[in-house]
Amino acid sequence: MSTEARRRLMRDFKRLQNDPPGGISGAPCPDNILLWNAVIFGPADTPFEDGTFKLALQFDENYPNKPPSVKFISKMFHPNVYANGELCLDILQNRWSPTYDVAAILTSIQSLLHDPNPNSPANAEAANLYRENRKEYIRRVKEVVEHSWE
Amino acid sequence: MSDMSDDDLVEDVEDEDDYVEDDDDTDLNFTDVVAEKDRKKSYEVDFIVHSIQGIVKNQDDEVTHVSNILGIQKQHAATLLRHFRWNKERLIEQYMDNATDVLNKAGVITDNARTPKFIKVPGFMCEICCDDDENLNTLALSCGHRFCRNCYEHYLTQKIKEEGESRRILCMANDCNVIVDEKTVELVVNKDIHERYRTLLNRTYVDDNEYLRWCPAPSCEYAVECHVPHTSLISIVPTVECHCTHRFCFGCGFPDHQPSICVLVKKWIKKCEDDSETANWISAHTKECGKCHSTIEKNGGCNHMTCRKCKYEFCWVCMGPWSEHGTSWYNCNRYDEKTSIDARDQQAKSRASLERYLHYYNRFANHEQSAKLDRELYNKTEKKMEEMQQTSDLSWIEVQFLKKAVDILVQCRMTLKWTYAFAFYLARNNQTDIFEDNQRDLEMAVEQLSELLEKPIESDKIAELKQQVLDKTVYVGSRREILLEDTAKGLLESRWEFQVDIKS
Repeated sequence: MSTEARRRLMRDFKRLQNDPPGGISGAPCPDNILLWNAVIFGPADTPFEDGTFKLALQFDENYPNKPPSVKFISKMFHPNVYANGELCLDILQNRWSPTYDVAAILTSIQSLLHDPNPNSPANAEAANLYRENRKEYIRRVKEVVEHSWE
Repeated sequence: MSDMSDDDLVEDVEDEDDYVEDDDDTDLNFTDVVAEKDRKKSYEVDFIVHSIQGIVKNQDDEVTHVSNILGIQKQHAATLLRHFRWNKERLIEQYMDNATDVLNKAGVITDNARTPKFIKVPGFMCEICCDDDENLNTLALSCGHRFCRNCYEHYLTQKIKEEGESRRILCMANDCNVIVDEKTVELVVNKDIHERYRTLLNRTYVDDNEYLRWCPAPSCEYAVECHVPHTSLISIVPTVECHCTHRFCFGCGFPDHQPSICVLVKKWIKKCEDDSETANWISAHTKECGKCHSTIEKNGGCNHMTCRKCKYEFCWVCMGPWSEHGTSWYNCNRYDEKTSIDARDQQAKSRASLERYLHYYNRFANHEQSAKLDRELYNKTEKKMEEMQQTSDLSWIEVQFLKKAVDILVQCRMTLKWTYAFAFYLARNNQTDIFEDNQRDLEMAVEQLSELLEKPIESDKIAELKQQVLDKTVYVGSRREILLEDTAKGLLESRWEFQVDIKS
């Protein structure tokens, strides 16, 4: 494995421990630094409040030249999250820059929970409800929030 | 265009002279004829073929020019030009208007004192790889975001090699839109990658430029320059010929499709892909239900048909309603009754449009097929030319007329082929008659020439055959010219009416 990716992931981990942004945490697996588990707490004043959502981040040797693939492990109901947990986020695709680190990725996902983008829906049902029936949308989100405690 | 109208103007003046003094008449007519011959035919366009070296040189010239006018470094001028898709006039105009805005949008920070170079910065740690070795070579673009040499090389190599990116490689810092300029790339990457980068850049020069197009022939490396804007493609068919002898349309890149304009060609090809075989089959094997017009194939059983869709009962033979058949179940003797004739008339109408399409398609396909047999004909002709040299006292140069005849023949078949696509979309009026007359004359001449070329050689009649072929070749060529000339003029004058909207 390239030492560059390893060194960089070590720094990302150190930075995340020393200066953790609010509402997120993450750490590499003990036996594989390329695989990370992370948790995002549902931001306050959103339907996701109180949820604890687990994610998996898979890096490869091209990191940080290439973004990791990120996936929700917990069940998720969100306009920009696919049924299999993968998400549609610009900085994880064409807007990726090698200066982004794990903290930046997780904060971006956290703010995506805040502000869904219903114009490029990965989950059409969630996007429609978000636009047209906010009450039902909130109800469905609350379901996954409760689900996330199990 | 302005040249043409100038010519017209001069002629007009001469015409007026004619009225005033009648004596010089013949002389003036003579110059008229010469002018007529030299003038560009209205179906031809001006174009230039460029080699790769030419493209590189053109690019350099443009960059140098802009760099001199705006007083900025060459690599920055190049980035600006690429941002403006090589539209020099627009770049200069907008730059003069608001230089900062243009530079920001194009991702350029000009700092003439600065040249990209590696430096060692004490206490520096690269944000990307976290290396903080004190001998680390570092580099920053004019935006000041500094990273180590290794990370830069990784990044650029990946962008160029894996992603095929060249003109829009951004600074590595997030949300920084400064473009990595040519000089920096050259400094950082190895020779192979840099070569690849130059190739990609040259490609974008042609791709971005509205008046340039790569020759689409396989492994041909020339590009063609032609100043026909996209908006005039509904009135011009800009056919160009590359140095590799491939003739194609500059507008759409498709092989020569005169006299059809690009929109019609696209529509026609799509229609043929969707319809032709199916339509042929439907026409041959099915009839339509007299009530709901579903197409029905009779694959067995008696003549008493019941439409599965609308339950209409009819007779397969006379197409009239079954109820009138009474008890004569297995044969039809009511073929001439009014109701049956009406039913068949209706059917005939809906089949007519299908037939019309097939009429044009079959002719189109026929010429295409004939043109596909080119190679064979060329081989045959070659043999014939050898034979002629042996059986008569004609020299190599004297039998070249045969090859020339085949060239013309093939070209005319291409033209004929596309006249059918064109005619299919023409609305019927007096103009169409003229077009079809021209088409018929060309077709007849082509078939005659084709027949002459197929004829076996009789050694005592070679001289005669040669004369005939020569005459026919010239005639066919001129028929083609007449047809193309008239169609092109009609397009310019918007004389043709189409059944479809050509502006969409």
